[in-house]
Amino acid sequence: MKLLGKYVDKGMQGNVTLVPEEPEDMWHAYNLIAEGDSVRSTTIRKVQNETATGSSTSSRVRTTLTIAVESIDFDTQACVLRLKGRNIEENQYVKMGAYHTLDLELNRKFELRKPEWDTIALERIDMACDPTQSADVAAVVMQEGLAHVCLITASMTLVRSKIEVSIPRKRKGNVQQHEKGLAKFYEQVMQSILRHVNFDVVKCVLIASPGFVRDQFYDYMFQQAVKMDYKVLLENKSRFMLVHASSGFKHSLKEVLQDPAVIAKMSDTKALGEVKALETFYMMLQCEPTKAFYGKKHVLRAAEAQAIETLLISDNLFR
Amino acid sequence: MSRHRIVRGMDYNDEYDGYDDVYGHSVDDDCVSPTDQQWLFDRTRGQHSMSAFINKNKNIQEEAEDNEDDDDEEDEVYQKSRRDSENFQMPELDDTAQAKLSSCVDEVRSVVGDAVSERRIVETSMRFDYDIQKILDEILNEETNKKDKGKRSEKFKLNTTPAAKTVTTSKPTPTKITLSTVKETRRGFDIASPKAPASPNLSGRNTPTEGGDEAGRNTNAIFKVSKDQAQRNIQQLYEQERSSQKSQIHMIVIGHVDAGKSTLMGHLLYDTGNVSQRLMHKHEQESKKLGKQSFMYAWVLDETGEERARGITMDVGQSRIETKTKIVTLLDAPGHKDFIPNMISGATQADVALLVVDATRGEFESGFELGGQTREHAILVRSLGVNQLGVVINKLDTVGWSKERFLEIVHKLKSFLKQAGFKESDVSFTPCSGLTGENLTKTAQEPGLKAWYDGPHLLDVIEHFKVPERAVDRPFRMSVTDIYKGTGSGFCISGRIETGALCVNDKVLVGASREQAQVKSLSIDDLTQTSAFAGDQISVTLGGVDMSNITVGCIICDPQMPIPVTTRFQCRIIVFNVKVPITMGYPVLLHHQSLIEPAVVCKLTASIHKSTGEVVKKKPRCLGQNSCALVELETSRAICIERYSDYKELGRVMLRVAGVTIAAGMVTKIR
Repeated sequence: MKLLGKYVDKGMQGNVTLVPEEPEDMWHAYNLIAEGDSVRSTTIRKVQNETATGSSTSSRVRTTLTIAVESIDFDTQACVLRLKGRNIEENQYVKMGAYHTLDLELNRKFELRKPEWDTIALERIDMACDPTQSADVAAVVMQEGLAHVCLITASMTLVRSKIEVSIPRKRKGNVQQHEKGLAKFYEQVMQSILRHVNFDVVKCVLIASPGFVRDQFYDYMFQQAVKMDYKVLLENKSRFMLVHASSGFKHSLKEVLQDPAVIAKMSDTKALGEVKALETFYMMLQCEPTKAFYGKKHVLRAAEAQAIETLLISDNLFR
Repeated sequence: MSRHRIVRGMDYNDEYDGYDDVYGHSVDDDCVSPTDQQWLFDRTRGQHSMSAFINKNKNIQEEAEDNEDDDDEEDEVYQKSRRDSENFQMPELDDTAQAKLSSCVDEVRSVVGDAVSERRIVETSMRFDYDIQKILDEILNEETNKKDKGKRSEKFKLNTTPAAKTVTTSKPTPTKITLSTVKETRRGFDIASPKAPASPNLSGRNTPTEGGDEAGRNTNAIFKVSKDQAQRNIQQLYEQERSSQKSQIHMIVIGHVDAGKSTLMGHLLYDTGNVSQRLMHKHEQESKKLGKQSFMYAWVLDETGEERARGITMDVGQSRIETKTKIVTLLDAPGHKDFIPNMISGATQADVALLVVDATRGEFESGFELGGQTREHAILVRSLGVNQLGVVINKLDTVGWSKERFLEIVHKLKSFLKQAGFKESDVSFTPCSGLTGENLTKTAQEPGLKAWYDGPHLLDVIEHFKVPERAVDRPFRMSVTDIYKGTGSGFCISGRIETGALCVNDKVLVGASREQAQVKSLSIDDLTQTSAFAGDQISVTLGGVDMSNITVGCIICDPQMPIPVTTRFQCRIIVFNVKVPITMGYPVLLHHQSLIEPAVVCKLTASIHKSTGEVVKKKPRCLGQNSCALVELETSRAICIERYSDYKELGRVMLRVAGVTIAAGMVTKIR
């Protein structure tokens, strides 16, 4: 994200102009923009013109609009942010109060005005604009017959593809089918890595699985890479890292990120800190159940009693 | 129904005969629930001709309920009663009657609780003129009748008591079907109640079927099956096919990694003559080449290259031996921690278990410590319903056949197994050596062992396992453990039949999508068969369904009585040693049969006292170690699951997180 201008006065009122550069920036934008804010950006609008004779023509016009945001819609996997609201600045095409849906686009600036900026929002801008924090890691969590290829960015995890293949079990005198099914599965996972992992950005690829699936896959992949001459894989062999995970399901990614070897190699992603905080919470719930509480009602009660030391809050609720 | 009949030429005297009986519930005519309404002929709604109405409603998709042996009975009743209560409006009465009624309802409620719908109570009370004694009698009688019927339906195929026979075979006579609440709520068999008129079995809803329309009544199931499949007498077939054969038993071999499970089984197979001399020689040569000669017996079951190269079992190996009285299917489970999912899928198919422990000093201890697989496996198989366990103290040769060592291990295991829930009489201890083959199929030869041991050898122990009862006469259920391309057309699935029976050309439903498929051929151990029964390990060639629509772990079932499909269900869990307490929203991996599915604990309903089953606390905040609770689980994809009370095998679940089993559960309610 690029910060073009920031005018926030003492009353914490003001506006900020930003340019999202990566899909992940959309996530930051999503967290910044709240209902009631106003956003100004260029957009395309279908405009209907009525001529004197009564016939109407419609045309698509690119124009700059300012809307008061009423609803926010974010697709986490595709990183598309949609803002719906009323127009608050009349221009030649669009009347005051007309509804419009803004699609925020990459590399197009937008101006965000908030009635009141809080420290968290300002911090988020700083964080989003810090180029050193954009560390990309790809991870493949797999088990026999199931694999998830994910991209882990500083603040979010994107599942790029899910591979599900049923592999015949070993049975008496019928090992070939099992091995053939396995090879087919590995081939699919490898193709998916080739397709979804951009080695220019990705610093490290984690391959996590229970048992020996990861080793087997690693061997298979580089055998194939040599055979089929996949230069990308061969050049980046050093970036692959094998880690243990208990299963091939998505949430075992949590275990992968807790692995000390991974922590050492990865720059501090946000997920890491959060996982740690959650762990302390669970530990406390186990050891001193009277000190840890969760759920809206309980937390509100605790807040009333001013008894909260650390408050964990989900992004969703916070918004 | 009286108003549906042609009034022209009606004998009014006849009509008035029944007038007094019907009087009490004439009110019902005015408050038919909307769901029922649409199936009623009503002239005022513009359905002017009866025949047009019948034509229009001919293809009504009936709910999958079957009056004669309905395993979803209770659920349906519950659903229905809920529908009743929701749509029920209090009849309009004058004040005194209203007061009487409400006090009456309260009185009845205090006795029967919430199990009976309000509508029923009100109606019954009106019928008996608010006489509490009579009302209670009526309602409670009915409840017991229902239960009776539940029991009866389980065995109704065996049951040839005259009473049952009259019902199952009674020709529906064209009696007038009076639309009275009594019949409406009292469904199925009404054998015990003398008041019940000899009316044909009505389905739960009030579809105005004509008396002679027999075919219409049998279309209760959604999916049609061939007449042959629908009317088969499974029990008879079973006796005919199986009475002459040896009984079958499935045995899983469990234990810590490197305890010698595969070697033991391999040696047993070799000694019983199930592995040819030639093959054994080949294994010997090849393993020698790799410098792992001790693995030669294990290679009988570890067939994949990976397993041989690494020297550990990864997936469940299957084999079969015949003893004097039994055919035993051996399931060789992997011992490594990472392959417990495979072991669970194997254990769900097993009737009995063989726990192999390493007697070597240090090895036993490491396997038995917290986190060792000896412990986890034993607990797992116990919670998966295995209650007979043979403990094999293996590798006793490495400690010089020491009696002290044997007794020490037995002592330690005994107390642990008792804790895990095994009965002492169902556990046996056998010393042996898998590699040398001592005490496997012949009594002890080694002088070191002979000196103090004169008990049975391993094969004897297996021989003495009791064969569990097979639920052959229940509706067909089978869980898929493997899918592969067979020879010829189509593809094969394999698995164990949990309940019921399957014949060639049967129609079955596959998985949560309920796709219909046909059984093209059946085989047990590569021998083609025409029928297979509960407890058999079979492979089936299916037609009419795509291979990609079947996944490992899905359930194949009888089209007439399909398995419930759900994403949310309640179960009673026992929490094992957990590091992190279970809270709401806790993500877990759900193991059900061979299925592994991510799930979320979405509600902690109550924590329960472990032994008494009393509710200790409603809506607990979290579940700690060794607690017992009622929780609700939600999966992202729909899964097939049964209640534990209906099908024990299909009502058990395991919850695992990060490679550790955190809880075992039984399904109590399905949403």
